Amino acid sequence: MSASNTTPAPTALPVTPAKKFDWLPLMPWIYTIGLFLIWELGVRLSGVSHTIMPAPSRIFEAIIQYWGAIQRHSIQTLYTTSVGFLMAVVGGLALGLLIGWSRMIYAGLYPLMVGFNAIPKVAVVPILVIWFGIGTVPAILTAFLIAFFPIVVNVATGLATIEPETEDVLRALGAKKMDIMLKVGIPRSMPYFFGSLKIAITLAFVGSVISETVAANSGLGYMMSAAQSQFNVPLVWAGLIMLAVEGIAMYALMAWIEKRTTGWAHRSQTMAG
Amino acid sequence: MGASLVTIDNVDMRYGGADGTLAVSGLNMVVERGEFAAVVGPSGCGKSTLMKLVTGLHIPQQGLVTVAGIHVTKPVSIVGMAFQNPTMLPWRTTLDNVLLPLEIVERHRRRLRKHKKEYVEKAEHLLETVGLKGFGSKYPWQLSGGMQQRANLCRALIHEPELLMLDEPFGALDAFTREELWQVIRDLHASQDVTIVLVTHDLREAVFLADNVHVMSARPGKILKVHKIGFARPRDLSVMYEAEFNDVVQGLRGEIADARAVA
Repeated sequence: MSASNTTPAPTALPVTPAKKFDWLPLMPWIYTIGLFLIWELGVRLSGVSHTIMPAPSRIFEAIIQYWGAIQRHSIQTLYTTSVGFLMAVVGGLALGLLIGWSRMIYAGLYPLMVGFNAIPKVAVVPILVIWFGIGTVPAILTAFLIAFFPIVVNVATGLATIEPETEDVLRALGAKKMDIMLKVGIPRSMPYFFGSLKIAITLAFVGSVISETVAANSGLGYMMSAAQSQFNVPLVWAGLIMLAVEGIAMYALMAWIEKRTTGWAHRSQTMAG
Repeated sequence: MGASLVTIDNVDMRYGGADGTLAVSGLNMVVERGEFAAVVGPSGCGKSTLMKLVTGLHIPQQGLVTVAGIHVTKPVSIVGMAFQNPTMLPWRTTLDNVLLPLEIVERHRRRLRKHKKEYVEKAEHLLETVGLKGFGSKYPWQLSGGMQQRANLCRALIHEPELLMLDEPFGALDAFTREELWQVIRDLHASQDVTIVLVTHDLREAVFLADNVHVMSARPGKILKVHKIGFARPRDLSVMYEAEFNDVVQGLRGEIADARAVA
């Protein structure tokens, strides 16, 4: 086994050029463009109507044609999503720390939270509309409600998984619960917290768009449902593309924040050596 | 003012209420100031319970534990602890990990900010003693298992504890690293004014390091016998290849086998 592996190595080594073009950073673009090309070709060759499945070229045409409206609605959705998400970050972090702090609070709140999370958020929107009217507020609150849970669970998990030995070492020194939380629990839960932000931001988009679709007169959700009722299918797809773009941008931002703040948890790739 | 630092007098410790497991029963033990004591016994004999009783993490239902003449009713901060798992905090450098106890212990945390330099020097000196000079700025995950355990010992010693409790600290290391660390801990004991209680499964380790080896029975644990180990200090690793050393180890092994058979 070892002979067959090692023999070609000395001869093979000089063959590989010293400077090889690094394709890796380009891969996301190549795949994305590839997807659009296949899509375009598929639609053109099969002759499917634009009202059923518009080709990407037709969708980009729609984006340019309706750019003013798309821009306004995109900014509205980005705004409701971000505000709801920030509320979820603050609330989720606070509740996560509270739950992780005390076994009693954990035992009491956990089943309630699971039950609450199981409720489809689209069913909550009508109630929010009764309370706040249609528009921005229900969209923000729906984004908040849906993004909140993963943050709480992750922060609480980080606190709950402190090694008992670490706790013993510190408690034997006379550490109070507060000391252990500040020195160990909170730093420890940060990778979980920042990891959960990536999930939470995507969910926040789901929440705000649901609410906008059901009860709003601005935002991408509203724009898409209005376009659909006018049978403007390319515009519906344009809305989807804008959502994907916003989602990717926010996800990338969260991933960047995660990497910057908790480098020690990603040691093998970023900080080794 | 007696010479004994730790006394355990007829202690019962039961987990999980009145019908729970009796971990130790009728436990008696005395550790003199400056002594190196080792505790050996069959697995599950309550050695870790012993650790927690002495450090005040557990308060016994019956009997009396005193450390430095004070009845233990809450965690005693004159103790340092180290476990098999080094439990270094990965977001802190090795130096900051070693300094952690100073941020906790009451009499140090008030002085830490103003006298930071003095404490850092002390930590660096300790790291040098265990052979980690220059590694203070490294993160724990950049160190090998043996190096992490060395840093762990420094952390246990930084607040100058009178008593160092070690729970199988070398259990997860390879044989050569273990021997190196035996010498490290031997030299620490010789150079610092510290009493050490070492809980271990390794009889050769116990005999090489300790002044007294306490043999525990199977659960519920109590001390069956205390062996005085007479080899002259400082001991060299070569002592382990003497016939006398092997006789002691073999004797201990027989006793523990008996203790297991009884259970």
